Order: sequence, then structure tokens, then C-alpha cells
Amino acid sequence: MSKDECKQVVLDIIAEIAPDEELSDVKPDVALREQLDLDSMDFLDIVMELRKKHGIEVPESEYGELVSLDSCAAYLTPKFNALV
Amino acid sequence: MEVSRVVITGVGLTAPNGNSLSEYRGNLLNGVAGISRTEIRFMGEVLAGICDFDPLRYQKRKEVRVGTRAGSVSIYCAHEALKDSGADFETMDKDRIGIYVGITEHGNVETENEIHNISQFDYDTKFWTHHHNPRTVANNAAGEASLNLKVTGPAYTIGAACAAGNLGLVHAVQMLQLGEVDFAIAGGVSESIHTFGIFAGFKSQGALAEHEDPNKASRPFDTARNGIVVSEGGALFTLERLDDALARDAKIYGEIVGYHVNSDATDYVLPNPERQTQCMRAALKKAGMASQDIHIVNTHATATPMGDIQECQAIAQVFENCPDTYVNNTKGFIGHAMGAAGALELAGNLPSFEDRMVHPSINIDDLDPKCSIPNLVLNQPTQAKRVDAILNNSFGMLGINSALIVRRFSDQ
Repeated sequence: MSKDECKQVVLDIIAEIAPDEELSDVKPDVALREQLDLDSMDFLDIVMELRKKHGIEVPESEYGELVSLDSCAAYLTPKFNALV
Repeated sequence: MEVSRVVITGVGLTAPNGNSLSEYRGNLLNGVAGISRTEIRFMGEVLAGICDFDPLRYQKRKEVRVGTRAGSVSIYCAHEALKDSGADFETMDKDRIGIYVGITEHGNVETENEIHNISQFDYDTKFWTHHHNPRTVANNAAGEASLNLKVTGPAYTIGAACAAGNLGLVHAVQMLQLGEVDFAIAGGVSESIHTFGIFAGFKSQGALAEHEDPNKASRPFDTARNGIVVSEGGALFTLERLDDALARDAKIYGEIVGYHVNSDATDYVLPNPERQTQCMRAALKKAGMASQDIHIVNTHATATPMGDIQECQAIAQVFENCPDTYVNNTKGFIGHAMGAAGALELAGNLPSFEDRMVHPSINIDDLDPKCSIPNLVLNQPTQAKRVDAILNNSFGMLGINSALIVRRFSDQ
């Protein structure tokens, strides 16, 4: 999986958990919470959907890695690729 | 003790046969029921009263996803009631608004859904949602409304089985009279049709209705009645002290002049007509009224074989020699909306103060002689000579009884 594909996976999850948000111009290097109406419960939803849909575990101590699309891709892409 | 008079100034509702008071009332007068077949997990096809209001009228999609059906029902009804009241909500002191929502039960829907969810993952609880607790706390239906409306006064639910709709109103009257709040949004809601447990429970009890025609299944007082049709819905009213309502020239639907709540203390599910009689008489006494002063008695009548008979016995005792008192029921139209039942039933009769029409009880093809009480309005609406007061009965499991009396408003 490429980093762009990984970003799309995260965006697809956000589209489900925050269906009122416009996601077409999310800036990958800006914190998601600075540009979208996401709260801490929404981040737990992202963690849960990664677990349910993709078998990816994000330990609580590493939640900070999900701050932006770029950081998500940097953190999650190796995890996705390790699944294969 | 001198207490403030409390009046109803707005109505917001969703029922299986209407999403506004005018639509609902029109269907009650025209004999239009709203029961359909639906699929329920583990149960297959069941009969249910399903509401088709648009939750997105007042909620964001994320709020609907994160919240509960009971929350959505509350939010819809609260907004509709506020709009109907004509109150200037934007300028109101939100600390002084109370939200009191009657519920029969809460939490079963979300718990069943989560158990189903983790069953897809070999019952590993790490897949259990973090939304579970806020969704299942007992105050959920009122709390979601307070969040949505940014109401910062007291907002909580009142658990009272199927008497809960009346109890929401009773509590609002008390809080207004105590001066705890200046404006109340109160009534009852139900999301019960989204849990299989309530259907399975009534079926095991031998009290789940079945009929080939869904709209004929709920038939209180009919010889062929065979139980309850479970429904969802809600009705919330705005209530104010009379002086406040008059000061803003509010439309007044009626004045709550009496109520009583008591307990059977006899059985988990079977009603007790003696206690029901006491409850109605105590409400009349508080209102300073005689039985003859009541012109419509709404029955709780759930269409169970024994429950209807016992309630009719109680009503016959309290309302003997009352030639101008009519008796009706909405459950033939909408099934049993549980925590919303009492509130929806009151809403269905309130317009009678204006048009003097008494909506019927429907689906009575063969009246059970044991339910044959005077002036039971059968299948067709009746024009009453006068409708000055309504007594709204609502009873529930574990023997909770409630009677609420609403009088046509008169500035006397």
C-alpha cells in the first residue's frame, strides 16, 4: 500500500464517522482537528474502524501519530504493509 | 398552598401515523392507523408502529450516528414543540429551561446492537463501542435534546414504564410550580421497536398482537384482541406558568389542573383496578372536579385480554352516571408507544377543546361485553356537546398508575 492509498483509507473512515464534513480539500500536512469538526470520540472511532475493518491496532500511547493525514500515512502505511 | 397555574403552550410529536399534531389528529378523526410489518433481529417479521420523521431536520448526520433513536425522537419533538409555542427561544434564559422526558426503558437497543457487533468478532470486547455509555445512560433522551438545543437547565428522564409520558408532564408542572424552571419541555418518547427484547418478551408473555392486516392488529376492547403492537414515537409539550404565557400572549392548549400517581403494589405485570380507581379519584380531587366535569377519558387500554377489562371496571366505577363523558383510546391507530403513549394520547385529544370532536377507538368489530362501558367511542368520531376537561390515564408495569387532568383554558 502506498502512502496515498493509506491516506484514502483514513479519509474513507472519516467520511463515515463525520458525514457532515467536506473532505475534498483536506490539507495533508495540517492537523485534522484544525480543519474538520472532529472530537476525541471521533478519533476513537477512527482507531476502532482501523481495528474492525483492517485489523490494525493503534496503542493509546501512539494516538498522536494520527494527528494529520501525512502523519497517519507515515505511521499506518508500514502497519498495512506488514499485514500482507 | 397557593401554587401557580400551569398551561400547555406547544406540542411537538412524531407518531406512526403523523409527524405533527395536525397530521396526527386528522388521522385519528379519519380512522387512519399506522402499523406495518418490519424485520427484527432474531424475531423475523413483526408488527410495529414506525415513525418516518426526518431526523436531519434538526440534527447533523454525525449527531444521528453518534446518538440514539430516542435522542433523535426527543430532539425532533422538542424543536417542533418550541416552534409551535411561538416562544422566542433565542432570547430565553437557557438556565431556566427544564427538559423532562418520560421513558419506559432505555439502553436495550444499544446493548443488543453492541452484542450483535462483537458477535462478528468472536465476542472480543475490544470491538465494543466507546459510544455505549453515553448512548445507554438513562438520561440519554433528555441529555441529547439539551445538547442539541444548548439548554443548560435540568434535563433528565423519568422512568415509569408505560405511565412515563404522563409523568414527564407531572414533573414539569411540579418544577414550574416550585420555581425551579420558568419553561419546560416535557412528555415522553420511545425507541422500543429497535430492540428485539421487548417483542420477544411480550411474545413469551403471550401478549404480542398478531393479525394478517397490520392495521387491524391493535384492537383494544374488541373480543378478538390478542395483545400489544409495539411502537416508537414521542410527544413533548412546552409548559409555562400561566402568568408567563399570558404575558407573551401565547396560544394556550389547556391547563393542567390535576394529576395523581400511585402504585398497585400487587403484581409485576397485572393491573389493579382498585388502585387505578383511586388514582383517577385522587386526580379529580386535586383538580377540584367531579367525574361529571370530565368530558373525555383517554384509556390506557393496551389490548391485552385482562388489562382492558380491569381498566374498564375502574373507569365504570369512577364515571358512573356521567352521560356527557366520552371514553376513547389511540392504541388501535398507533399501537403502544410505551414511554410516549400517555403523551401522544393526550396530544390526540387536546384539539377537542377547539372542535368538540372526540376521536374514536378503532378496530372494534365485536365489542367485548366486559369492556362495554357507557360512551365508549367506537370506530367513528363523535361530536360532543362540550369538551371542557380531559382525563388522561396511563398505567405501567410494576403497577405504576397515573391520571392527568387537562382543562380547557379559561381566564377565571
